Amino acid sequence: MTDKPLTRRALLGGAAGAIAATAAAQLSGVAAAEAQEAALPPVPQDPTKVPGAPTSLVGTRSRFEHPRRTSGPTSTQAPLHELVGTITPSDVHYERHHAGVPTIDPAAHTLTIHGLVDHPTVFTLEDIKRFPSVSRIHFLECSGNYRRNAPESTTAQQVCGLTSNSEWTGVPLATLFREVGVKRGAKWFLAEGRDAAMLSRSIPIEKAFDDAMIAYGQNGEALRPEQGYPLRLLLPGWEGNTNVKWLGRLKLGDEPFMSREETSKYTEVMKDGRARQFSFVIDARSIITSPSYPQTMRRGWNEIRGLAWSGRGRIARAELSFDEGRTWIEAELQGPVLPKAHTRFRYPWKWDGGETTVMSRAIDETGYVQPTQRELIDARGVGCGPYHLNPVTGWRIRTDGTVVFRTEAWA
Amino acid sequence: MKSTALVAGLGLAILIVAAIVLSRRSLDPARGTMGPTLAGAPAASGRAASATVHPIDPPSHFGIGRAATDADLARIDIDVRADGQGLPAGSGTAAAGAAVYTAKCAACHGKDGEGVRQDRLQLGPRLIGRNAGDAFDFNESTAKEGAKTVGNYWPYATTLFDYVRRAMPQDRPGSLTNDEVYAVTAYLLARNQVVAESAVLDATSLPAVKMPSRDRFVRDDRESSTRVR
Repeated sequence: MTDKPLTRRALLGGAAGAIAATAAAQLSGVAAAEAQEAALPPVPQDPTKVPGAPTSLVGTRSRFEHPRRTSGPTSTQAPLHELVGTITPSDVHYERHHAGVPTIDPAAHTLTIHGLVDHPTVFTLEDIKRFPSVSRIHFLECSGNYRRNAPESTTAQQVCGLTSNSEWTGVPLATLFREVGVKRGAKWFLAEGRDAAMLSRSIPIEKAFDDAMIAYGQNGEALRPEQGYPLRLLLPGWEGNTNVKWLGRLKLGDEPFMSREETSKYTEVMKDGRARQFSFVIDARSIITSPSYPQTMRRGWNEIRGLAWSGRGRIARAELSFDEGRTWIEAELQGPVLPKAHTRFRYPWKWDGGETTVMSRAIDETGYVQPTQRELIDARGVGCGPYHLNPVTGWRIRTDGTVVFRTEAWA
Repeated sequence: MKSTALVAGLGLAILIVAAIVLSRRSLDPARGTMGPTLAGAPAASGRAASATVHPIDPPSHFGIGRAATDADLARIDIDVRADGQGLPAGSGTAAAGAAVYTAKCAACHGKDGEGVRQDRLQLGPRLIGRNAGDAFDFNESTAKEGAKTVGNYWPYATTLFDYVRRAMPQDRPGSLTNDEVYAVTAYLLARNQVVAESAVLDATSLPAVKMPSRDRFVRDDRESSTRVR
């Protein structure tokens, strides 16, 4: 072993350099989009007096709309405060990957199911698409979707943007498991991705026969590369990283496989000194997307809007508080209210110009009530780590109409 | 007049029957190639309206896909379980692992496994370090940085082998030989004071290593209650 100190040049080589290069690549992507925009014809003074643009093979967003994910080396957040309705546009769906987004040729991609099965089988993508399909709307959320000690200048995107909602199309995993024949004694399956991390998670087999699916479609087309093209596991209501992307292998076994992600990574330290493992379900959560920083509020009628969701099932109620959580008022839910899906809530409200704080909380059909940050800290300890934090959040509207994040020290 | 009405009525009846036959022909999936396997499909009724909906019990076996061969599985079956299932032949020591670590790991994890941050970016987390005693608090507030090192936090030594082999080094994942993975595993476990410097790790000795945190992991129980847990 050499004792030569590492130079900065050595640090910038290899893996270190690869990680550092990511941020630059993201910036150049935005620059390219902006350059393209600059090349557009001028905006006419009166659009009724000049012929419009011709048809196109692929449409683009209006030149006046610029929803953007946040930038980051291994995760990006969806611009929740700029979106309406419940479906997240695929190109701004949040991202989290452990070794970059792989480029996978769908013609060469296969899914192998083996282990405790009667017939170990290799399925091509074309094979998978021959099975009876289903389409379902579900949210995904990274278990690390909360920013502690966030300042007033925090957007809904920054505090809660590691969640998105899509219509997913694919095959129920139960169909594939019946096809290969599950052997008695199989209790868990390992799901493994074909990315450079070969990300793997152990999943209890009951989930396969409940609502798990192998998805190849997202919002009416093939999955986006960032969401697992050409094939991903979808475990409705369960923490993001278990929904293994770029799925290449499922292995059935009689015990969990104890991969890095389910031992040293996505586990939560508890107050008693132990660590919680296989913490799958996403608890109920909500976020007000309007008003939110950096929007401004005008006196008179406005609509308070937000999203609520729960990994345990349907949202039963979304509630608002204007008095720091002492009393709660029910907001209206936009139907149909789907299980394990983003649900839009709204509340018409007349702002009188006084300083106001508005907070939201979600209650799901099991009776689970979204907790306050205080309740979370009391239950888990202040050192519990960053995962599965779903506290009530809110916004302060100042007399000049500016809106800021309702700060809360993590202590 | 009477006969005209009769002819018209007869014509209408023929048209309806023809429509039923045609619609059943085109909509009845039991007439497709899947037919013979549809054991649970209900018999088509004679009512025209029923031709639009045919609930089908899917077969349990569609006969899609090809059998995985031993060669297929040998190429992709790389996971290693806590009981050692999946560990390959080969072996390694901490002494051999030190050279692998310096060449392949230190750029991101630091010369002494202390972790590297660069411009606010975590290149690689801290790997080496032991808090005093095995019952110390993992909590971020009291244990501070470094609580989740391999020696403190990882419950299974096999996980280290599995993860290094599949995902490291980050710029060339899967490039280490099995001997190199055993060696770098031995190096990290020895530096974390989990195994002796002289330990030889292989498919038998690695799963026998008991990590300090092994009994401190419990199953999540949040979903069994609506209480905040």
